[in-house]
Amino acid sequence: MSEGRVVGIDLGTTNSLVAYMEGDAPQVIPGADGSNLVPSVVALDPLPADGRSRPTVTVGNSARKALIETPERVIYSVKRLMGRGLDEMKDELKLFPFRLADDVEAGEVPRVQLGELRFTPPEISAYILRQLKRNAERFLGEPVTHAVITVPAYFNDAQRQATKDAGRMAGLHVLRLVNEPTAAALAYGLDRAKAGTIAVYDLGGGTFDISILKLRDGIFEVQSTNGDTHLGGDDIDNLLLAIALDEIYSEHGIDLRAHPGAVQALRKAAIDAKVRLSTETSARFDVELPNGDRYQREIPRAVFEMIIERVLERTMAPCKQALADAGITPAEIDEVVLVGGSTRIPAVRNLVDDLFQLGARGKRPHTELNPDEVVALGAAVQASILAGASKTTDEMLLLDVTPLSLGIEALGGVVARIIQRNSTIPASATEHFTTGVDGQTSVAIHVVQGEREIAADCRSLARFDLKGIPPMSAGLPRIEVRFLIDADGILQVSAREQRSGKAAEIAVKPTYGLTDDQVESMILESFDHAEEDFLKRLLVEARNEAETILAAVARGPMNPAWQQLTGEELAAIAAARRHLVAVKDGNDFAAIRNATIALDQATRRFAELMMDAAVTSAIRGKTMEAAGDDLGEAVTAPHPMAAAEFN
Amino acid sequence: MKVVESAVPVACWSCSVAHNESTLFCPHCSKIQPPPDGDYYSVFGLTPKLEIDLAVLEHEFYRLSRKLHPDRFARAQEREKEWSLADTALLNDAYRTLKDPLRRTEYLLKLHGACIGEEFAGADGNGRRDPSRVPADLLEEVFDLNMQIEEMRAARKTGAIDRELESNLTEAKEKFQSLLDAVDADLRTQWRAWDAGNGAARGTAQKAMVALLDRRRYLSNLLRDVTETLGA
Repeated sequence: MSEGRVVGIDLGTTNSLVAYMEGDAPQVIPGADGSNLVPSVVALDPLPADGRSRPTVTVGNSARKALIETPERVIYSVKRLMGRGLDEMKDELKLFPFRLADDVEAGEVPRVQLGELRFTPPEISAYILRQLKRNAERFLGEPVTHAVITVPAYFNDAQRQATKDAGRMAGLHVLRLVNEPTAAALAYGLDRAKAGTIAVYDLGGGTFDISILKLRDGIFEVQSTNGDTHLGGDDIDNLLLAIALDEIYSEHGIDLRAHPGAVQALRKAAIDAKVRLSTETSARFDVELPNGDRYQREIPRAVFEMIIERVLERTMAPCKQALADAGITPAEIDEVVLVGGSTRIPAVRNLVDDLFQLGARGKRPHTELNPDEVVALGAAVQASILAGASKTTDEMLLLDVTPLSLGIEALGGVVARIIQRNSTIPASATEHFTTGVDGQTSVAIHVVQGEREIAADCRSLARFDLKGIPPMSAGLPRIEVRFLIDADGILQVSAREQRSGKAAEIAVKPTYGLTDDQVESMILESFDHAEEDFLKRLLVEARNEAETILAAVARGPMNPAWQQLTGEELAAIAAARRHLVAVKDGNDFAAIRNATIALDQATRRFAELMMDAAVTSAIRGKTMEAAGDDLGEAVTAPHPMAAAEFN
Repeated sequence: MKVVESAVPVACWSCSVAHNESTLFCPHCSKIQPPPDGDYYSVFGLTPKLEIDLAVLEHEFYRLSRKLHPDRFARAQEREKEWSLADTALLNDAYRTLKDPLRRTEYLLKLHGACIGEEFAGADGNGRRDPSRVPADLLEEVFDLNMQIEEMRAARKTGAIDRELESNLTEAKEKFQSLLDAVDADLRTQWRAWDAGNGAARGTAQKAMVALLDRRRYLSNLLRDVTETLGA
């Protein structure tokens, strides 16, 4: 069996996606619910009563539903915690209901409490990745073991390593980490072979990146990158949420923070309002409070723009620095690409227009590709480049840079920079060290990442101990240490003592990070890719889907909409149903799937009629949610007959 | 001095045909080779000179990147992957050094045994403003300027705006910028002398450039401080 396809994954703060290359065009793979976006939300299901079976988790839309009922078993925005130490998480904890396990020691990777269990951030991300992997396998009908995963360009070494660890835990061989803005440029660059300088402005759920690239003959050469790993749509949500919480307290005397479920409902209302304000000039908050009161509030767009002004302004300094580092002026930028859901906000577009003088030069930013999907599409393009699978991508090559300078702590705690930020990667530097005392057999080296002059102000990456140095007079040993930043932006270190010719032994102690053994022990399950097992799983999944749709069809005649179907339509449904019943217990998963799809299509008009009825009843005063309950499926699902999500 | 490449023939790991050591690919079977020992110029097949054609350099960089980059070896065997990583790091390091005029000058002079850079300047710990290397002709002006910078910083702290001080500093900034431009012009003259010369002429040019580079470093640190103070 071949190694299979390489998929591209956008592991986002808010939503995650998986895409692949269909011929020469990248395409997003939908989940079983028909949706391209998998919310980056993970819920721990109630533990099995027998106390022995493995706990199961739910990912995506269904996990999001649990957010309001059992918030203590659900986590979202876990990307904010990736590769971070306890002290760095303090700020996140103020704004997000992350519950850290209380037994975390300094230097350990913090764990998050989810119900009765504790998970490291990479483990949570691994559950999301596993869901994407399964979605891809279900869609492609073959095992998926290799992937390209995107990360914010401004992610540091530890955050990148944590992402790679998550991939491994999910049973994915991560061929490359690609920077999100660069991936977006790849997606845009595919159908237009041109030369020029482009800026990618990427304001996502939790992170902001700006990258400046030079395009020439299929080579995408990143000139500079900058950003803020703590800036995104989440910050806007938090501002709206904080205002609402304040007003609820002053107007109704309720401190909603004591009701986590209600806070989540309010957050959802805030997000809905934010989204509506991108297309409408005003939006309305209308939320029921625990005491039965309602919090109602009208937010005009002008007020919204005032509220978020400070958040948006924080994207300016990174943009200016990136331009300065690339040695160009805003007017020299030929094209601007907008990435990330937050770039739908009109105020963001105005800011970008001003910054790059687009309107003044008769230009418009590129928004042709869906800003939520463009990064995943670019990841699929990079996957295709790595797989060497497509003629279109054969001539393409991405040359990315390291976002942060690499340095070592020198005497007096100052940083000696050895690799400058915005150096094209892979990049390397060789440094020489010696001993300070006679007979000394080890030397300690502290590696940091960042732009500050004092090591304590930079991000500590790792402390290395060069051991096994042959005892010599002080200053005589000459240890050559080679620092290499690989194509994923991750540091590798090797050393040798030059006088004795001995390879010095290095004990790498990452400041925050999991050891190889820890990652190994967290692999979600034994990923046995024997073809037989895989087919078995596909078969089980296909049967489950068949059962779900058959049950829905069986309930059909009870719904008034059924009466509106023509005799022809009813006959078609009956035929498709008979066919599915006949094949569903066989061993051919493809036949079951095809029969399921046929029945799904035969019932499409019925589904639409039900949807209309639901909308009508909503107008009559029922809530949409209740109408959805009547159908046994939330009305937000793209198709009420759609199959259930599997786990 | 290590400019001459060693020409010890080694066998290609793949086809076993002997090839010159400093090659990225086997001339016989085209397979990638471990990083060669040569200097940054030899990566691009260039003669070590200070004046170089940047368009040619860029073209070679792109051509070699297409062949060497780890993206091209994602499915290759482990050692080819490792060599691709090491070779590309070498290529990128070489390109970064040679495309920048100052880095290139320092690199080539260091190859010829010159002591340059902050590590040799007896710096004050963070590599800035080494008092022992204040260019003699600038002593007085630098002293005045540093006073003004201090005054400006003190004034900023109290929130006061001293227009006269500000215009003095702006004037000084322009003056030091023009001094810097003059250094760059002198450097270019010395480049040509070095490239064209041999033995003694090169030695003279090299000495002049080491002094110019120190002066330049000094001036650019000073300019950075003034700019920071003005922009704060």
